[in-house]
Amino acid sequence: MNFDDTPQEAAFRAEARAWISANAPKQYEEELRKSSLGRTVLKGANILEVAKAWQKKKADAGWACLHWPKEYGGRGASPIERVIWQQEEGPFGKLSGMFIIGHGMCGPTMMAYAGEEQKRKYLPPLASGEKIWCQLFSEPAGGSDVAGLRTRAEKKGDDWIINGQKIWTSGAHYSDYGILLTRTDPTVPKHKGLTMFFLDMKSPGVEVRPIKQASGQSDFNEVYFTDVKIPDSQRLGAVNDGWNVSLTTLMNERMSIGAGVATGFPELFEFCNSLMLEDGPAIEDRNVRSRLANYAVKASGLRYTSMRAISALSKGERPGPENSIGKLVAGSMVQEVAMYALDLQGAAGVLSGADDAEVAGKFQAMLLRAPGTRVEGGTDEIMRNIIAERVLGLPGDIRVDKDVPFNQIPTKGRT
Amino acid sequence: MNFDFSDEQKQMRDEARKFLAEKCPPKAVREVLDGKAPYDKELWKGLAEMGFLGITIPEQFGGAGAGHLELCVIAEEMGRANAPVPFSSTVYLAAEALLLAGSEAQKQKWLPKIASGEAIGTLALFEGKGNPSPKTIKLQASGGTLNGVKKPVPDGAIADFAVVAARTGSTVRDSDIALFLVDLKAGGVEAKPLTNIDPTRGQAELTFTNAKAEPLGAAGEGWSILTQVLDRAAVLLAFEQVGGSDRALEMGRDYALDRIAFGRPIGSFQAVKHMLADMYVSATLARSNCYYGAWALSTNAAELPEAAAAARISATQAFQHCSKNNIQVHGGMGFTWEFDCHMYYRRANATALTLGSLSYWEDQLIDRMRKKNAA
Repeated sequence: MNFDDTPQEAAFRAEARAWISANAPKQYEEELRKSSLGRTVLKGANILEVAKAWQKKKADAGWACLHWPKEYGGRGASPIERVIWQQEEGPFGKLSGMFIIGHGMCGPTMMAYAGEEQKRKYLPPLASGEKIWCQLFSEPAGGSDVAGLRTRAEKKGDDWIINGQKIWTSGAHYSDYGILLTRTDPTVPKHKGLTMFFLDMKSPGVEVRPIKQASGQSDFNEVYFTDVKIPDSQRLGAVNDGWNVSLTTLMNERMSIGAGVATGFPELFEFCNSLMLEDGPAIEDRNVRSRLANYAVKASGLRYTSMRAISALSKGERPGPENSIGKLVAGSMVQEVAMYALDLQGAAGVLSGADDAEVAGKFQAMLLRAPGTRVEGGTDEIMRNIIAERVLGLPGDIRVDKDVPFNQIPTKGRT
Repeated sequence: MNFDFSDEQKQMRDEARKFLAEKCPPKAVREVLDGKAPYDKELWKGLAEMGFLGITIPEQFGGAGAGHLELCVIAEEMGRANAPVPFSSTVYLAAEALLLAGSEAQKQKWLPKIASGEAIGTLALFEGKGNPSPKTIKLQASGGTLNGVKKPVPDGAIADFAVVAARTGSTVRDSDIALFLVDLKAGGVEAKPLTNIDPTRGQAELTFTNAKAEPLGAAGEGWSILTQVLDRAAVLLAFEQVGGSDRALEMGRDYALDRIAFGRPIGSFQAVKHMLADMYVSATLARSNCYYGAWALSTNAAELPEAAAAARISATQAFQHCSKNNIQVHGGMGFTWEFDCHMYYRRANATALTLGSLSYWEDQLIDRMRKKNAA
């Protein structure tokens, strides 16, 4: 048991470190390091431009999408090299936020299902950040139950005509392309009538509207499709086999380990170290210490679980669904940490303005954003189902709509 | 990075599991639970023959001379099997104290006997209510003899010798506490077994009346040695707790697959599935914290105090969580004497207290994290 690199890993790390040190946009390092949980904002700079410039620089030097094949803009690196890169990239990795969906989900789906010519055309600019992609799966009628989606695709000559609505699409407003899951046959059970496409987000009939979240911010969008035309050549996988295609996408989501999940603990620990209560420093209060200790072992438990997964990767093993625990634990923990940090401030905890609130309102912002983290990318309940079914081997839910033609599933009047 | 046990260590774990499955089935645990024996003597003998009692004891003292990582994998299996033997008190506490602070002669006298299964050892620290603190120690040492009462002492009624924390001065300073080695069979010590929530691991009251004692470690360093012993034992016991957590989780999972209610396995109900998923989460977090503790212990890293406290807290929570919800998954049957669920529930709650309770370790963890931060 050790934390040492193999000689090969050490050489890779040294090379990555040297390149990052010579090329990273250092002027933003401090701001990026401090930013946590939620949106990264850079003062006096457009983060989209800074991020795109960094990504392009990486791509030109062969450091973008490390695990992708070289011919598609990657480096052909091993999974463990990818993790080492993430560790070395450190705060600059936060600039990759807007590429995560494209690189982590759309790219691998294209790689598995697009034609060779398409892969060579679309993947390199995706890797280099010149083109941004989004993923259009969730709908008002299909969240956790993605296969319940209703957006229609109807064949007309060599094209498909799309009508419907997607929701919770991250980055749709700045995306160039998207992968789109649609219903092509409503007369068969829901998983059997879906088809996947990719499309140009600037196609006529695509309308993107930002969602104002409960937190007051807008990180996501609704996307409306009105008679949007997609050529059949942009279909991914067979007609009505979209569910299987989407599983490739979602499985890749879980492969992205090693980056670490935000728990809010380092922020809370730092806060308690400086906070004074009526009777003295917060950190010396028995109750505070007990709460902190409980959060501390969750945070360290997640950290070392991730290291165990990295070790498995290093040995060439594939990380399994047990890595679902990261998001499950961290999601509700961030929420609790935020509530506790406000509690420690007493009545003043209610204030959220940067000038009046402790730590410039960081915990208040965390509180208001937290409910979303427990829902996005698989709700807490879906994560528990994944653990129960795929790790513990418990039976799946009884699905009453499994064998029913989609257009006969009760909708309570909603269409 | 290889943050995992080696193939040889995993093989050793498999051997231990196989051995314990055969020699320590629930039926054997029940013999002790039902009060038919104070501990499983046959199993103890078998553990000695397998070399498990002397894993970390150097070969010159009759042990296997292996490292703490090997001991960690055995500890996990001891917890999984709920073994009714004085393993933790003898191996994690007494042997570790001797290895850390014992003189050549003391090691020569006791370590070979531990490895061969001839001697059971323990640590006599507590004097009634309270967590580890120099303040709570009243038992007096003077002129090579001890006077006072210790309770609860784990496995105190069956132990042959004890490491005893005693007062040598009158202040609350750490330096007024020293450790002593006492041969419990040499007279001057009266042992009384005490009823406790987990009869598969005994607790006793030891009364010292002019009991002969020899110093263990340098005078004035007793508390510092004791702290190190507790940290080491915390990691090792945490592995037992992780083994127990996993077993309780498996029992719950198996029952949920087997038990039919409302026309289907109860494991298909989300209320049950989610309960089991949460047990898995606790057990996984604990295991990961324990691995870090094992690394720190095996390398004697500066991070050991913090790592030990984190492993202890996390594993205590996990075992309590898994063992109580295992009963819940079993429903009424889980609350019968006949089902094994309560044996893990008892063990979980007893081990939660045995080196100082959760609140003590929480306090320790924050202290240690602050020290690291300040450094």
